[in-house]
Amino acid sequence: MAEDRPQLDTIREKLGAAVLDAHAFRGDDTILVRSEGLLETFRVLRDDTALAFDFLSDLTAVDYLGKKNPRFEVVYHLLSLGGHRRLRVKVSVPEDSPEVDSLTPLWRAADWMEREVWDMFGIRFRGHPDLRRILLYEEFRGYPLRKDYPVNQRQPLVPERPLAGTFVDARSNNKLMQLQQQLQQKKAAAESSKR
Amino acid sequence: MKAEVKELPQDVMELQMGPSHPATHGTIKFNLKLEGEKVLDCDTEVGYLHRGFDKMSEQGTWAQVIPYTDRLNYVSPLINNVGYALAVEKLLGVQTTPRCQFIRVVVSEISRITDHLTCCGMACSELGAVTAAFYMIEARELLTRIIETLTGARLTVSYVRIGGLKHDLPAGFAEQVHAAFATTRRLLEDCDKLLSRNRIFIDRMSNVGVISKETAVSYGLAGPILRSTGVSYDVRKSQPYLVYDQMDFTVPLGTHGDNYDRFIVRIEEIEQSIRIVEQALAKMPTGPVSIEDPRIVLPEKEKVYNSIEGLMHHFKIIMEGVQVPPGEAYQAVEGGNGELGFYVVSDGGGKPYRVRVRPPCFIAMGAFREMIRGYTVADIVPTFGMINMIGGECDR
Repeated sequence: MAEDRPQLDTIREKLGAAVLDAHAFRGDDTILVRSEGLLETFRVLRDDTALAFDFLSDLTAVDYLGKKNPRFEVVYHLLSLGGHRRLRVKVSVPEDSPEVDSLTPLWRAADWMEREVWDMFGIRFRGHPDLRRILLYEEFRGYPLRKDYPVNQRQPLVPERPLAGTFVDARSNNKLMQLQQQLQQKKAAAESSKR
Repeated sequence: MKAEVKELPQDVMELQMGPSHPATHGTIKFNLKLEGEKVLDCDTEVGYLHRGFDKMSEQGTWAQVIPYTDRLNYVSPLINNVGYALAVEKLLGVQTTPRCQFIRVVVSEISRITDHLTCCGMACSELGAVTAAFYMIEARELLTRIIETLTGARLTVSYVRIGGLKHDLPAGFAEQVHAAFATTRRLLEDCDKLLSRNRIFIDRMSNVGVISKETAVSYGLAGPILRSTGVSYDVRKSQPYLVYDQMDFTVPLGTHGDNYDRFIVRIEEIEQSIRIVEQALAKMPTGPVSIEDPRIVLPEKEKVYNSIEGLMHHFKIIMEGVQVPPGEAYQAVEGGNGELGFYVVSDGGGKPYRVRVRPPCFIAMGAFREMIRGYTVADIVPTFGMINMIGGECDR
């Protein structure tokens, strides 16, 4: 659906070859940009006086497994506080090297939102100061919002993580050991019954 | 007698506050680095209430996401309902009926009042002002009862539908709302007398948790926290949705960006929301509350039981879901704590391909380190209180 959007013309003019595609759908302007020089692209979008997208309102990703190649898209929603305009910026991320530039030098809001995308999709952000899991725990295996992560996937038991200087209840470790022993016994029983 | 002077320890102390601490309601953990009472650094750990909202949403039909949205910000669930429904309607390219839009405005604003009352009330009670807190909870209770008469539930409302509403307003709704507002106004006047010029309250709130305009924008803060710094950004004004452009209201702004300003902004917003509801009730048009499109809205039960078309439409929507054309849409609404955005992606079926919610609390908690650094441990309580972190929304 082609809609006439003057804002997109300005953006094409300012960003030049960095814009791969620009379209509007249901009143939302969307541009697809190159992943090379992403930080510079966003710097122009933020600092250019005609564009002035000074507010990073959202940052997320979508997994188009089997639908699109490259597989992932990182989606940014920008807002111009003064101009009351919005813009969606997308960048494609390949499956074999899921990595894009971090926007933390431009917006501090990117810090937590990029950590969440790393947590859920396993997309790395180049230059992020502290890329750790945020909603899940460090021992979590896999990236749950990828389309090939089954919804009923179970996670292994995680041993208690004692923090330096904190009190550790020995009973909880015992309990885990007991569970592991029970699990091993079950496995051994299952194997012997096979034979 | 010579007093023995002992050297006090001067090294940095690490303290873990939470995840279940009386002040960290909603389960959140602060890993603090302290120098005496002073907070040098605060690493915030979230995710204790993570249930996989995004993943769950991809499993069911478009309509089955609505009950999940109730459980995001459970203090103002109707705003979440409205935001999600608007996003899906934007993707469908439909607009709901005028009466539906007015009712959505009314319920959103009542929810906003309950949200602000909860936030301010809890913040007061944590500072020891329990009387004022109970006044606010009393007012909230009146409004929650209104929501209960309207939707049948206090928190898990699921009232809004894609393309309309579950049902119309009950008889005598406007009178009930006016009566509740009269009491709310009286109670808030009492709270104002108790708090706004109270020396202890001002000492605890004023010049605490200060954040500058530029930092707030950089952190993506929205809602009362951003407005307390003096940035006039309210989605209802800057990009009006529903019928907010027909309403007469102002956006209260702060100047310092401290906790006291946030408190006052929220209290002022309650008054503005009351004004919006009164106007919307006065202007309320008559007509249907849902669009008449059997591909989007469930038919009436009478048609389902007595006609083959009605039964087929019902079956199609329940079993296959509303068929949403391929594409993507982002719809922002003004939630209790700021811009609440829904980004929905469809691949052209009855199930969502991706549902992402922009959670205002999560983003505000990202800036918590900046707000608390340099203040004391006791300042964590009011600062965290005025963010109004709701676990369901922060951790999804």
